[in-house]
Amino acid sequence: MLRSSIFVAGAIVAALVVLVSGAAAGPAAPPAFPVTITTAAGKVTIQKRPVRIISLSPTATESLFAIGAGPQVVAVDDQSDYPKNAPRTTLSGFTPNVEAIAAYRPDLVVASYDPKGLVSALGRLGIPVVLHGAASTFKGAYQQLRQLGMVTGHEPGAKRVIAGMKEKIGEIVKTSRSRANGLSVYHEVSPDFYSASTKSFVGKVYAALGLENIADAADSAGTGFPQLSAEYIVSASPDLIVLADTVCCGQKPSTVASRPGWDRISAVRTGSIVRIHDSIASRWGPRLVSFFRAMSSALARL
Amino acid sequence: MNATAAKVVSPAAAVRPRGIAPVWAAAAVAFLLGSIVIGVAVGPIDLGFGGIATSLAERLRIPGISSSLSATEESILWEIRMPRIVLAALVGGMLSLAGATYQGVFRNPLVDPYLLGVAAGAGLGATLAIAYLPDGLRGQQALPAAAFVGGAVAVFLTYSVGRSANRGRDTTTLVLAGVTVASFFTALQTFVQQQNADTLQQVYTWILGSIPSSGWSDVVLVLPYVAVATVVILVYRRVVDVLSLGDDEAASLGVDVRRVRLTLVVAATVGTAAAVAVCGLIGFVGIIVPHAIRMLAGVGYRALLPLSVIVGAGFLVLADVIARTALAPAEIPLGIVTAFFGAPFFALVLRTSRGSA
Repeated sequence: MLRSSIFVAGAIVAALVVLVSGAAAGPAAPPAFPVTITTAAGKVTIQKRPVRIISLSPTATESLFAIGAGPQVVAVDDQSDYPKNAPRTTLSGFTPNVEAIAAYRPDLVVASYDPKGLVSALGRLGIPVVLHGAASTFKGAYQQLRQLGMVTGHEPGAKRVIAGMKEKIGEIVKTSRSRANGLSVYHEVSPDFYSASTKSFVGKVYAALGLENIADAADSAGTGFPQLSAEYIVSASPDLIVLADTVCCGQKPSTVASRPGWDRISAVRTGSIVRIHDSIASRWGPRLVSFFRAMSSALARL
Repeated sequence: MNATAAKVVSPAAAVRPRGIAPVWAAAAVAFLLGSIVIGVAVGPIDLGFGGIATSLAERLRIPGISSSLSATEESILWEIRMPRIVLAALVGGMLSLAGATYQGVFRNPLVDPYLLGVAAGAGLGATLAIAYLPDGLRGQQALPAAAFVGGAVAVFLTYSVGRSANRGRDTTTLVLAGVTVASFFTALQTFVQQQNADTLQQVYTWILGSIPSSGWSDVVLVLPYVAVATVVILVYRRVVDVLSLGDDEAASLGVDVRRVRLTLVVAATVGTAAAVAVCGLIGFVGIIVPHAIRMLAGVGYRALLPLSVIVGAGFLVLADVIARTALAPAEIPLGIVTAFFGAPFFALVLRTSRGSA
């Protein structure tokens, strides 16, 4: 009887200790591994917190560092130029070499493409791969961030980043929407007039701001990236031109203004030509906020 | 197809070198004029036939008529649509003339203007420019120059390799040298492209081929090369008939085979390189236009070469109309259009001319 009551008391104390320590550790508690997430490529299970991560996706690199998983990243691909302290290597996400990737002994690989059976090849070596293809909606981008948080043990960090993004973007949208009302935009992917319609991820930025996207009329195929005809752009006379080809193709407001017939375009006449770094405009990571900021200051100048 | 085509090209089989029959000359000119009228009238933006007519009348200083187009529409017509039509005509004429010339000089019906490696070389030059030139130099100014130089270097290499093997007598050696150089340059080009994945898209669209909406500047850039090349080839058009008989026969007729062949190849290459430099790789024109003319009109090179210029110009103007209007306001790469509409057309020509050719 006495023995059993001591046992009960001991059990209660033990339970309390566990409870208190758990409460004190709060969000920093070691997250429960194994973790299983579902991506477009199927279910991926991560057995324990990865410490040798390779990112073959520039977007994922930005996200991993933003949520605090940077110290666990051992190598990133040749296109991952942000943040600057990411361990950039010659690994390629477009033409990946499985042996070169495996040589880093990664315990997690994050990629945005699966060329030539990369995922299954790494799977045979027992290396889990999180395949996060280009998001086409903000929701999809947030979902990827959250999943990266879960698989790296930084779910709270990911949640913080997502909340911060949503808050800042929400503010910008609130102040800019009235200014953008009724204005049209032409987003330039390359100087041969490839553009981005609302079907694309960047297009969602313009849609969120309430801008009318002139590429939508040309995207009957729904690819998100139609090639517009010069005649149409001049005739549509967009109020804003966003250049996402300043780095790749050396485009700037003066080269745009010197194109034949473009001096008639409203944006050229008012000087409303926004330069956005190619990589910000082509990724779907945390720097989405910078894109919104650039658009908001351009709209404020109009 | 080989048998039919070879028969048509083979030494003056049923064909006697003669001048252009007036009816075919008239048909060709009518085709070109018709293409240009359609090209001017049709576009992603509907300018209206009346508006275009009044604008044209005003430009021609016909008294009492002033353009009914708005300033923007004037810009679209004269700064975007017109130069694009002229450029398409220049490039189409040049590519089919170069194709016909190569087919005669090399006595091979399957030869196209890209035979001697000009396309692969230009591709490498353009890719290098896109990948490695600093921001300020890249793009519209440097790309055509780099492509032109690349194309010229490739053809020069082809000629050197071909000559060192066989003193330039045997055209087969030259063709093989062209295939070799082209493969080598294509390998280099693909490698550079893979190493610079960030500029992949730009290289890719260049290789697909299109008539750019870059205004009159590209017309001015291409015109001198195309004009000189066309004049030189047309001056020698009778000699191509003689060359197509075979080197020995041509030599016995008093033709300096090596010198004439070099002149013709250089002219065709320079013109092609200029076209490729501005418009990228537009396939099919250089092969189907000369063959279609040959099968329909049954003429020798003396008539074929000038007809190729006119019909090739019209063909590419029409193809470009489809490229810029079929999915308007989106564009379709021109290379796809030339093959998609060119192939069935050519099949039709093959069918209908089976008996006569």
